[in-house]
Amino acid sequence: MVPLSYYLVLSGILFTCGVLGFLIKRNIITIFMSIELMLNGVNLSFVAFAAHWQALSGQVFVFFVMVVAAAETAVGLAIIIAVFRTRATLNVDHVNLLKL
Amino acid sequence: MLHLALFTIFGAVAVAGAVNLLVQRHPINSALSLIAVMASLSVEYLLLGAEFVAAVQVIVYAGAIMVLFVFVIMLLNAGEEELTRGSRVAILVGIPGVLIGAVLIAWTLVQHSGTGEVAIGALPGRPETIGWLLFHDFLLPFEVTSILVLIAIMGAVVLAGRPVPTSQQPRKEA
Repeated sequence: MVPLSYYLVLSGILFTCGVLGFLIKRNIITIFMSIELMLNGVNLSFVAFAAHWQALSGQVFVFFVMVVAAAETAVGLAIIIAVFRTRATLNVDHVNLLKL
Repeated sequence: MLHLALFTIFGAVAVAGAVNLLVQRHPINSALSLIAVMASLSVEYLLLGAEFVAAVQVIVYAGAIMVLFVFVIMLLNAGEEELTRGSRVAILVGIPGVLIGAVLIAWTLVQHSGTGEVAIGALPGRPETIGWLLFHDFLLPFEVTSILVLIAIMGAVVLAGRPVPTSQQPRKEA
């Protein structure tokens, strides 16, 4: 038996690591991976609460989060490729214009 | 006891991978540590009984999405991250923001720490049960996500496809 709060602490630590990476990192791909880390932390708390409340819809919601994350990754990496093609850099500090 | 031991081991692996993602300077190392985080999270899902979610986590997240990441890192030949001076806004807003978030999470956990325990395999989410739910209760959201994925495919092709050089267009007319 593991207390529910342990799962929530783990999920909170993962989410906070994601937020920190989003703020600290300068590489646009690493920033994107930090977003995935945040989504994973949220998914863990979804599954933990689903087990706690005996509600399977929490697990179905995790499935939807994964689908949205996959779509987001496809579009986001395409944007990163487009940005790299015009700027030849992956540093977000050098990407300061909306214009391509 | 076994449950707690497995939870602690794989939780420690997940946290170590997440910290390693922050520490590493090269994006490929960050990507590999993120794969470690996702794999250990799928074990946590299995401990909670969510079999379908654990399998999808390995197949979709650690498989498809991370392969896409590694492929783009290789394609763009991403090197080591160059260190720049952090912007002042990030320091002024980011650090208090993270502190406020951490305090809020800790306060909520302390307030609700007696919320009971979760047994091993507490809620068995077998694929047939999840599938039944998806095609009965969540049929409309499921169909909407299919449209979302279709739009994402088209967006990725349009964005990443090689743009037609504008200088070649008049030549076509001539």
